[in-house]
Order: sequence, then C-alpha cells, then structure tokens
Amino acid sequence: MQAFPEIFSVVESPAVTQETKSKEALDFPWNVVVHNDPVNLMSYVTMVFQKVFGYPREKAEMHMLEVHRKGRSILWSGVRERAELFVQQLHGYLLLATIEQIQ
Amino acid sequence: MEVSRNNGALEITEIDPFLAELLRQIPASTKSESSPAAEARLFSSPAGPNEKELCAEWKVYVEPELRRHFQSATEVVEADLGQLRQNDKPFANGTLRIPHEHSEAWLNTLNQARLAIAAKYDFTEAELCDHYRSPIGSRRDLSLFQVNFYGFLQEFILREMDCGGTLPPNESTAA
Repeated sequence: MQAFPEIFSVVESPAVTQETKSKEALDFPWNVVVHNDPVNLMSYVTMVFQKVFGYPREKAEMHMLEVHRKGRSILWSGVRERAELFVQQLHGYLLLATIEQIQ
Repeated sequence: MEVSRNNGALEITEIDPFLAELLRQIPASTKSESSPAAEARLFSSPAGPNEKELCAEWKVYVEPELRRHFQSATEVVEADLGQLRQNDKPFANGTLRIPHEHSEAWLNTLNQARLAIAAKYDFTEAELCDHYRSPIGSRRDLSLFQVNFYGFLQEFILREMDCGGTLPPNESTAA
C-alpha cells in the first residue's frame, strides 16, 4: 500500500494577494419591470416588447395585458448590465421601466 | 380627414385647418423643460429610490442620450410637417405624407407629446378613456382632445408598420 506523507508536508497554501470575483457571480439576478401607464397605447406597448425583447406577438401581448391589469410585469431576468440596457431601450420608447434585484 | 396608404407612405388628406394646427403643435408639445411633471414622465427613474448610485449615473450618462434620441425624432416630424406650411390658401384642407421610414420617429414624437401633455394637465385614467367627451370648452378639454388625436394617429402608423405597407394602396379610413 502506498503512502504519501512527505508530499503533504511540503505543499503550502498559496498566499492570496488579491481576491477577484465576477460581479455577476455575486449578484442575484435583476428583473426588468414595466409599469402601467394610462397614456401609452396597448398596441404601442406590444410593439415595443416585440422590438426590444424579440418576443413573438402572443408573448408580447400577454406581458402588455399583465402590465395593464396588474400594474406591472417582469419582462426579463438576468445580469444587471443587460437589464440596464433593456431599461434604457424601454425608456427610449418612453415606457415606464425599472430594474429591480431579486431578493 | 382621410388616412390611406400610398406608395409606401401613410397619406393623410383633407386635413382641416383646426387639425392641421394640432399637427403643427406636435413638436412644441414635446417640450418638457417648463413642466417638472412632464420632465419627470419623459425622463423617468430607471430604478427604485434605494438605487441612488444607478439613478445618479443615469442622469449623467443615459439621460443626455435619451434627450438626443427624442430630439432627433422630433426633427424628422418637424421636417415632415413642413408640408402643411406649403399650402397657399390658409383655409384650404391640407395633405400630409409620412414616409414608411419615418414611422418610428413619428411614433416616438407623438408619444413624447401625448405623455408631456397628459403629465402637464395631470389627466386621470377616466378622462383619458372618455373618447366621447365633447364639446371642447376649455384649454384642458382641447389638450385632452390633442392627446386622443395623436393617439389615433399612432394607431394608424402602428397598423401601417404592422402591414409593412403591403396591403392594397386603396385601403383608407375617414375620421
């Protein structure tokens, strides 16, 4: 039977000089939330969801109706940077959109 | 007023002087600087109050970009509206042709105008849904009519975009 007592005695733990971790790995996902607005047309909101998220019409309409009926809908979840970009695009279309971190 | 498709453009004909004036007011109606309510609506917060850093960065880096984007859409609309000034006779009905490639700019500018007006007058949801309200007896009534008229135009542009101008050119609707 082989034994390796010498090896364990010479290996030392490496000194940690700088700890780097991906911000995304630490983050909980972020939601892109669209809020109800009585002025924006339902057809316009549907068109925006199709354009920004590439959703098929049925899915875009489902989210639009959720915004209309419940006051808000989560359109997308994922890393913060991408969520911010989606919110920026939605603001470009003048929709009320925010990012929220999943708790 | 009649709206039809014609050679890849949305053509609005028989625009009476009153509606022509409302159309000419679109660019001016997008201005939000004098109204904190309109400004807050057009440049809304990207996150809740806890995300102070994000909101501050947004004001510095994203908001100016949004302003440029909105301004460039408004300029396209303003140039198209120049067609309504070419009319020799001041009380004659006008015609406006919106090329298909200007549709996005029109949708955006009409939305800016509708949101800014609605925020300035703080219209309630009930008021915005009351499409049979008449007659126009005050500046507030006129502004509500403006919001609904611009929304009506948006609907036509959306339909035109949806069809990609492929429907028969003689399809038209009178309003």
